[in-house]
Amino acid sequence: MPGFSPNELSSYLIISAILFALGLFTVLTRRNAISVLMGVELILNSANINYVAFSHFASGNADGQIYAIFVIMLAAAEAAVGLAIVLAIFQIFHTIDVEAVETLRE
Amino acid sequence: MDHPIPTDTLRWIVFLPLIGAIINGLLGAIIQKKMGKGAISFIACTPVVIAFGISVSVFFQLKGLNPEQRFLIDNLYSWITLGSLKVDMAFLADPLSTVMILVVTGIGGLIHIYAIGYMHDDKAFWRFFAYLNLFTAAMLTLVLGDSLLLMFVGWEGVGLCSYALIGFWYQDHNNARAGNKAFIVNRVGDFGFVLGMFLLFWSLDAQGHGTLTFREIAKWASTLQGQMIWGVPVVTLATLFLFVGATGKSAQIPLHVWLPDAMAGPTPVSALIHAATMVTAGVYMIARLGFLFAMSPATLHVVAVIAAATALFAATIAVTQNDIKKVLAYSTVSQLGYMFVAMGVGAYAQGVFHLVTHAFFKACLFLGAGSVIHAMGGEQDMTKMGGLRKHMPRTFITYLLATLAIMGFPGTAGFFSKDGILEEAYGRGGTGLWLAGLCGAGLTAFYMWRQVFMTFFGESRADEHTKHHLHESPGVMTWPLVVLAVGAFPVGMFGLPAFLGHHLFVEWLEPVFGHGHGEAAHLSHETAVLLTVISVVVALAGFGLAYLMYYRKTLAPERFSALAGGLFYRLSYNKYYIDEIYQAIFVNGTLLLARIGSLFDQYVIDGIVDGSASLTRFISWLNGLFDNYIIDGIVNAVANITFWIGNRFRRLQTGNINSYLYGILIAVVVAIIVKLRYWS
Repeated sequence: MPGFSPNELSSYLIISAILFALGLFTVLTRRNAISVLMGVELILNSANINYVAFSHFASGNADGQIYAIFVIMLAAAEAAVGLAIVLAIFQIFHTIDVEAVETLRE
Repeated sequence: MDHPIPTDTLRWIVFLPLIGAIINGLLGAIIQKKMGKGAISFIACTPVVIAFGISVSVFFQLKGLNPEQRFLIDNLYSWITLGSLKVDMAFLADPLSTVMILVVTGIGGLIHIYAIGYMHDDKAFWRFFAYLNLFTAAMLTLVLGDSLLLMFVGWEGVGLCSYALIGFWYQDHNNARAGNKAFIVNRVGDFGFVLGMFLLFWSLDAQGHGTLTFREIAKWASTLQGQMIWGVPVVTLATLFLFVGATGKSAQIPLHVWLPDAMAGPTPVSALIHAATMVTAGVYMIARLGFLFAMSPATLHVVAVIAAATALFAATIAVTQNDIKKVLAYSTVSQLGYMFVAMGVGAYAQGVFHLVTHAFFKACLFLGAGSVIHAMGGEQDMTKMGGLRKHMPRTFITYLLATLAIMGFPGTAGFFSKDGILEEAYGRGGTGLWLAGLCGAGLTAFYMWRQVFMTFFGESRADEHTKHHLHESPGVMTWPLVVLAVGAFPVGMFGLPAFLGHHLFVEWLEPVFGHGHGEAAHLSHETAVLLTVISVVVALAGFGLAYLMYYRKTLAPERFSALAGGLFYRLSYNKYYIDEIYQAIFVNGTLLLARIGSLFDQYVIDGIVDGSASLTRFISWLNGLFDNYIIDGIVNAVANITFWIGNRFRRLQTGNINSYLYGILIAVVVAIIVKLRYWS
């Protein structure tokens, strides 16, 4: 694989894309709400990699890296809210299967 | 005549009785309760007596003037000013109206006094006197009114009071009906009066002299000569209309039907209104407009013929009636006929003279009859009377004197006045009129003596109870009788026939009627005497017949009543079925018309209304269908389509987060592809 080196922007982007694809796959395929949340974490982190990579190779300043820190913080908050929702859903439906919880339908 | 003398006394002649009427009418019930009937009668009688005093002073004032200047006018204010119509609230006193106010206040005053006794037991004493005073005021307005319009006000006023007084005892339905009848029949006549008045004003206005004042009409009457309307001379048409008014008020054929029924009222009312004053209003009106009637020989001819027919016709009815007041009522109709005969031949002064004498003796007869009825405890049927001569001598004597007067016994007032009319009828009108009058006179003598014999002579046919209560009436009732009976004699002396001396009465009225109209017919001395003798003989024959039939009873009345199978008797007794005919034609006709109108309403008008309602409803129904199916259809269709589309789309919202995410993913991929493929 030529060009796949730590000094190339594209290698980071490829990693990020693979991570995004895995996260997306997890979100789409898993029925367990916790797994879905984990998939979301993967997607967020793939975005973080992109931020940091572009910050390092393209812009020349630290803006992207600061954004990445914001995203990590946001992911923590999201995980807290998401887990709280999952807990509430479990209390009402006695399951955390996202396909069983369809009351938003219609 | 052109320069009337202004005065301000005449108004009080009208106002005094009016004030009496107002006081008694508004406060009578209280006064009667607090102060008794004496106070009521004082309030009612005093104004009339004072008015009589004023009338006498007016008379002497006029007498002191030159005959040409005898014309007082009391102008209160300008009543109506409307375009060319100018009517003053003004009263006039000329020799004619002075005679009338003397009669109205004089005889009216006596009847007021009489009524104190007659009505004494009536609870509505005050109401009676209020009406009576109101009537007097209206009658005086009629007489003193300076214009046709003001005369019409009085004309209607007396009609109203007549109605109120006929139906005075309104608790009895028959009395109320009689009042209605009088009012409605009079209305027909009043309509004629109004039309005549309008026509007169209209045609005078066309000549530029629109007026309703008698003086002005007299001044411009000549301009009407030759004016035609629908091919008839205006004067003829106007006077005919006015004569229709006179037939209504003065009970001439064919509007005489109300007067006999009017006897339902208290007897003083019959005496005052339906004998002495109101019914003579028609005569007075024609006399007042004599110059106008004189311009139309055709009208005069109609007047004379109808009058002669009435005089004879009413007399034939009177001979068979048994009700004491009905006889007098038909007698009044008949005597009014004589007055109109005089009008018809243009002998106005003679007619007015008969009016005056008739007022005296007919009022006396009515009051006498009232006295009899009073004594009999309300009984009016002569077949249940008899022998009253001994019980009520004063009533009897006065009744006798009045009967002599009405039959035209030589020396009495009726002799002079009726004879004068017969002479004029012969001299100016012809033998036919004279013969009718003569027959009427014979019948008059017959039915009056029949009445006297049935009431005062022979054995009493009353029941024991009534007999026991027989009594002469109190002085307050009999003294007016005496005054009327005796007073008629000097009055009669004013009208001595030409061959015995001066006809003072005709002379007195000359300024009003002028020489041409007031002049006596040019009969030779011998003819006049002959006519007088004939009429006296005929009257005596009538008396003789009554004497034989009802006093000596040698001649059974049945022999006459059975003539022609009783046909004549039945005709007369049933008043020629005129009431029935009127009932059949006019009353039932009106009812039929009303019923047709009602059917028309019910089927045609209601049909149209219902039809339009149905049509509206049908259109609304169509409209509703349109709304329901077209408008609502569109709206529903829109809703349904929306619903259908929504239904199709709701499948998209599964509630399944995964499927949403798939959707997002696909959309993003598509967006990226599109972006890369088409916009880069």
